[in-house]
Amino acid sequence: MIKRSFLGLVKPRLQYNLVPDSVQELPAPKKVTLLLKVSQNGGPPSTLNVGDAVKTGQRLSASPESAEYVISSVTGTISALAPHVGPLAQKYSAITIDAGGQDNWDDQFKNEPTLDTAMKFFEYAPGSPSFKAFSDPEKTIRTIVINGMDQDLLLTVNQYVVQNEGAAVKSGVQALKKITGANRIVITVPENLVQQATTTGAEVKTVSDTYPDSLPHMVMKDLLGQVVLAGDAVEDTETVFMSAEAVAAIGTAFSASRPSVTKVLTVVGKDGATRNVRARIGTRIGDVLQACDISLSDRDRVILGGPLRGTATYSEDLPVEPGTDGIVVQDEADSAQVTDYPCVNCGECIRICPVKIPVNMLVRFLEARLYEDARNMYDLDCCIECGLCSYVCVSRIPIFQYIMLGKYELSLMETAEAANE
Amino acid sequence: MSSQTKLVVAHAPYWHDGSRLSTKNYHIIIAALPAVLMGISQYGAPALAVIAFSMACAMIWELVWSAILKKPAPIGDGSAAVTGLLLGMLMPATAPWWVIALGTFIAIIVGKQIFGGIGFNPLNPPLLALAMLVISFKGIFDFNEALRNYDLGFAMTYPLADLKAFGPGAIAKFSLGDLFMGRQAGAIGSTFGLGLIVGGLYLMLRGYMRWEISLSFLAGVFVTALLFNLSDSSQYAGPMFHLFAGYTLIAAFFLVPEDSSSPANFIPMLIFGLLAGVMTVLVRNIGAYVDGVPFSILLMNLANPLLDKIRPKAIGKVVENA
Repeated sequence: MIKRSFLGLVKPRLQYNLVPDSVQELPAPKKVTLLLKVSQNGGPPSTLNVGDAVKTGQRLSASPESAEYVISSVTGTISALAPHVGPLAQKYSAITIDAGGQDNWDDQFKNEPTLDTAMKFFEYAPGSPSFKAFSDPEKTIRTIVINGMDQDLLLTVNQYVVQNEGAAVKSGVQALKKITGANRIVITVPENLVQQATTTGAEVKTVSDTYPDSLPHMVMKDLLGQVVLAGDAVEDTETVFMSAEAVAAIGTAFSASRPSVTKVLTVVGKDGATRNVRARIGTRIGDVLQACDISLSDRDRVILGGPLRGTATYSEDLPVEPGTDGIVVQDEADSAQVTDYPCVNCGECIRICPVKIPVNMLVRFLEARLYEDARNMYDLDCCIECGLCSYVCVSRIPIFQYIMLGKYELSLMETAEAANE
Repeated sequence: MSSQTKLVVAHAPYWHDGSRLSTKNYHIIIAALPAVLMGISQYGAPALAVIAFSMACAMIWELVWSAILKKPAPIGDGSAAVTGLLLGMLMPATAPWWVIALGTFIAIIVGKQIFGGIGFNPLNPPLLALAMLVISFKGIFDFNEALRNYDLGFAMTYPLADLKAFGPGAIAKFSLGDLFMGRQAGAIGSTFGLGLIVGGLYLMLRGYMRWEISLSFLAGVFVTALLFNLSDSSQYAGPMFHLFAGYTLIAAFFLVPEDSSSPANFIPMLIFGLLAGVMTVLVRNIGAYVDGVPFSILLMNLANPLLDKIRPKAIGKVVENA
């Protein structure tokens, strides 16, 4: 954990990890769990049954017409189907597959770079690229930004990919051009990877090494000169972000004629040492940690993602998902604790906020559950969710949590209003 | 999905820079020590008694209040100790015990707790207490009267009182060096300019204080005093005298930048400090009171919520009808 510097007059600078570790390949697991999104009122998947045989790379969905699917990462049989609830109450169906040992590849994947192929096979590719914006007739997407720098501290997944899998990224860029018709593809990399990035054929932009400069909103503002307006998604600026790993996976899929089922992730132990591993999607987190010689004890924290934006999870039985860029393990003594102290108005959050939100006022409104006032008067919608305000808060208020809760409550209100109309 | 190991979940971020309120308050106490020690060395045991009693009383009032409200006592955060210390530093060494008990009651209960406790006080608690005491018990805060039994080897009259009563001619006996080194009569912790400046610089560099407010306050005092002095030097003292006399320096480094009662945005901080400085000199030069510090800062505290509305436009914010 990076502590406050002795001289507090200057803002703290949190720097990204710029040195990707080499990747250790993990053996294929005996069992994988895949989390299939189900609609809010949907029952258990109708087309899947316990005992069904599945092949590696096979597309599994709840019903033939459903848009949500997972790609099996092993060959074997379905051993369990169970409901699962995610962190923000999304419902999933957890499909457990016992692996048979040998990989038997499914042959549904068609080697045509079309949007249909992308929608059908790549949404579950490592890095979870989203193609929904391309199929939305109300949206035009002109630019694709490939994030060659990881979004959070400590993680080096995308940087590893840019450094070592340049050829795959290059074929991914060509495939993306055919799939989407986007006329501008930009890759953002830290300065030390510019040379590798130029070989990919995308337009190279250098991103600074200081958090949160590689978050999409910051990249849009600093490197593409376009501000994402409050309440808009990044797609509304005619731009889609994808991680370098996702682009490389798309490239590999077309050259190998089968979808990619492995994920690179950065594992950070209690001592802060980082290492990169490549595991099958769906591998149990506990197995990944075991392979890295990290043992867990009670009251530890296991964070999926990075230390500033990740999600702490409650069980090591949960699987590695396509979007899981890292696993950070924290000892109880090292984990940051929050308090219920009020804001003392010291102004540290205002000084560090990258989008100039009056966080001191915002948090007062959020604490009082005045979410609409928080949005209308104190710029809740402008927040880019970097977590720095909580990081510097002297009262240790869970500001970031209040902000996410406020956004979530507002989204529920909007859904309810839309349902009433 | 169950698991043998019980993991602790929480919302992001999982890192913190390690700062805490108690650390901040203890550093404020450390920064105030040079000035306090100078006061104690000058006035001896009575000064020590005032400081110690004031800190103790402030903490006791806070404990009593949290006992009445049946809330956990936030005594460990050091904010009551800081309030008590600062109030003690503003008092003469001869202050009677009941004035201190009353003053700390005003600071902790009236100034802070009835508004909701730490972080909610609209006014600076020690200054509110000082202002009410100065209005109520003029004699105790008349430093000439209070310190008449002391002879410390320098002119034992309160410089600001001399200025008010007899004009700039009467303050020729105070050299700037003497004022700066604490060789002037006054409150326990507010006369030693060098110590206050060292403490203030320490707080600024360590980031425990908002330098914008301090420096703009000093600039406000300096510029206003200079303008008065230029207009009529036979009637108004020079700017350096105003900087080193009375409560100016303790206010600049320990009172004006108090967190809760001052703005947090850049431009409001500058306006806040500057206007407080201007008001201070206005009260001193043409007002009724000898020192304008408590009243000018309290007045600006009231303007704080309004001032803090001047803020930069958040990036991405959509301004309607713009």
